[in-house]
Amino acid sequence: MVNNDVAVRVRGLRVERGGRPVIDGLDVVVPAGQVVGLLGPSGSGKTTLLRAVVGVQAAVTGDVTVLGEPAGAAGLRHRVGYVTQAASVYTDLTVVQNLRYFARLAGLPGAGAEAAVRRAVEAVDLGGHEKQRVGTLSGGELSRVSLAAALVGDPELLVLDEPTVGLDPVLRRDLWNMFRRLAADGRTLLVSSHVMDEATRCDRLLLLREGTLLADTTPSELLESTGAPDAERAFLTLIEQREAPTTSEEGTR
Amino acid sequence: MTLTLTTASRVLAQLRFDRRTVVLIIGLPCLLLGLLAWMFDGTGVLDQFGPMLVGLFPLIVMFLVTSVATLRERQSGTLERLMTTPLRKADFVAGYALAFAGLALVQSLVVVGFALAVGMNVLGPLWLVVVVAMLDAVLGCCLGLAASALARSEFQAVQMMPAIIFPQLITCGLLMPRDQMPQVLEWLSRVFPLTYAIEAMQDLSAGAEWADVSGAVGVIVLFIVGAVVLGVATLRRRTA
Repeated sequence: MVNNDVAVRVRGLRVERGGRPVIDGLDVVVPAGQVVGLLGPSGSGKTTLLRAVVGVQAAVTGDVTVLGEPAGAAGLRHRVGYVTQAASVYTDLTVVQNLRYFARLAGLPGAGAEAAVRRAVEAVDLGGHEKQRVGTLSGGELSRVSLAAALVGDPELLVLDEPTVGLDPVLRRDLWNMFRRLAADGRTLLVSSHVMDEATRCDRLLLLREGTLLADTTPSELLESTGAPDAERAFLTLIEQREAPTTSEEGTR
Repeated sequence: MTLTLTTASRVLAQLRFDRRTVVLIIGLPCLLLGLLAWMFDGTGVLDQFGPMLVGLFPLIVMFLVTSVATLRERQSGTLERLMTTPLRKADFVAGYALAFAGLALVQSLVVVGFALAVGMNVLGPLWLVVVVAMLDAVLGCCLGLAASALARSEFQAVQMMPAIIFPQLITCGLLMPRDQMPQVLEWLSRVFPLTYAIEAMQDLSAGAEWADVSGAVGVIVLFIVGAVVLGVATLRRRTA
């Protein structure tokens, strides 16, 4: 495959945490310009995989290539935006002060930074809260500031760890619309979630369970192959198929 | 360099919102010196120990503040995020050091001014007392940055202060003149930065000039550089 079509390529990834392998022999490809959902129950290794992709995970063996460079390479740091699971912004600063700091870190000069901050505030619908201290925001608003801090640098690849947790349905829909827009503009998004409903908004799905890839598919393929009515039941069907291949006779009554 | 300054101004912006911390950083050494001046009113104790304490209190306060501040960055996830941005590790450490050095300058000016107001006499040049007090504060801040890498929890971070500062305090010559100490302790005191900070202040209060304390000041600066290098070296982009 041509390198330009692949944003992230993971080969033979193995990660140990606390003395046990969290991910063991994972191969994953994230195509460029798409919204790729990383789904799986908690403890399945989603965050560990995302941390390996952005290059902050220790004890990694195997090959992780991001935008043509090894994960974590210095040249990638202005091309990749990362949003951690817990909101990682400064609660004692205002919304704008946070975003301005991350805009400047992304290399935007004064005027460019201000424009980028305005765009990011708009994108996460935090207009009117610009001068509010982040610590006084609600949980949902806080996670949107964290998301905006990654958007502000306009990176080519956005790695988002559960960005929609605790958000109301309207806002979740709006954010997913924004993710779709970003992908249409040629950005790549790798978004983890344990909300299976969000699967339908992705171009591709990676289903992770206990550190191994259960499926690498599209939402329609997933429903078709499992015959399940929604993503959640499709996921359960896949797990049952995997866990009981030898007892399948009992299953067919 | 610009990212260092960006980070320094971000840290200062955080401090601006946290007025109580700023008041404590600047006010607490004054309060302690004031108590001492009051207790030993009419004796020469303030003249003898005042300059040393003017150098010591800021060092301890800054050590605590920076080690907690960097631990907070680690635990809030902001450090992990910063490590995915173009910010270099040296920018992070230098940004913190620079921001707190600015605060240290204000602190040492106020504390030295206050000590003079409550009757401390210094025979040496006053600007040198301010410079050494500020360098002490910067040293405390850089040691705090380096020590925070060793701390995995708030409990450990808070105890880094007694663990790293108290042995220096005991051997620095404040409790007993260094030439009267057991030989081994005297040797030990020579490898601790606080010894040189206290020595410089002792000499200044006795009327020393720049030429007399330049050696000690040079050693303090070397320790600051060493602590910054250690702070950068112990910072990890990849964590478990």
